[in-house]
Amino acid sequence: MDLYDWLLFLHVLSAFLAVGAMTALWGLILGTRSEGLLDPPTAMSYGRFFGIVVGVGMMGAIIFGIWLAIHVDGYELWDGWILASLVLWAIAGWAGGQAGRAFEADPVAGRAKGIRFHAITSIGLLLILILMIWKPGA
Amino acid sequence: MTLVAAIRDGSVNFPLFLHVLGAMLLIGTLAAVGFATIAGWRSPERAGGLSRFGLKALLVGVLPAYLLMRIGAQWTESQENFPDDFDPAWLGIGYITADIGALFVLISIILSAIGLRRSRDDSTRGVALARIVGVISVVLLAAYLIAVWAMTTKPT
Repeated sequence: MDLYDWLLFLHVLSAFLAVGAMTALWGLILGTRSEGLLDPPTAMSYGRFFGIVVGVGMMGAIIFGIWLAIHVDGYELWDGWILASLVLWAIAGWAGGQAGRAFEADPVAGRAKGIRFHAITSIGLLLILILMIWKPGA
Repeated sequence: MTLVAAIRDGSVNFPLFLHVLGAMLLIGTLAAVGFATIAGWRSPERAGGLSRFGLKALLVGVLPAYLLMRIGAQWTESQENFPDDFDPAWLGIGYITADIGALFVLISIILSAIGLRRSRDDSTRGVALARIVGVISVVLLAAYLIAVWAMTTKPT
């Protein structure tokens, strides 16, 4: 495996961690909707764990993604699809932080707000995935 | 510096998107099941609720994600128009993990359905089955991470 292989693997693995943990958090939102499958301390520790994994995944994705863009001939950081991804990454990261704060502050009263921000993060990551696959303009 | 031949026929993009999205959702739902199992193991007093959560997550999340990933994979391969003798190791790893994984997903679904039925009246009655399903999920998670490595680095 050369440097390119490592960077690509770590970039994709980080993206999998972020979107996977995001999916697991949707599971928590759905699982605590009515039936009360999880008691509050368990739900909180579950939310914190996967919230941290989303953050680690997003950090890894951007670090290795920027490294890849610098390393690979043919890609530049100022390519439109890469710039758009960076903007979406920033919005998704901000919304993820807001979602975490809303759930932490008051899991019941802050639930609707937390879900809204979580949805923004999810849509942002989905759009980044679309940009990464289609690479418009590349 | 590396020059990458990132030339991909446009018709591959949509099936590839479905494949990658399905794989990401699959990893997430398996991680949720795995977390519920491990947390239930560490806190037996909470095992009942966690087991029901894990079993439901598997039933509702894992099968659709698996189907999206697998159908996307087959569709992507058909759009790629690989030659008949094209049989690289990374594709083999992908097929092996996906198809053996299908068997384990099927077993997990059956165990989850039984476990959820048993735990309807008493949530602790599904704990043993939830633990088996959780262990299977963690094993599948490890296998799929290897598949992610193979799909991205494409070893010969």
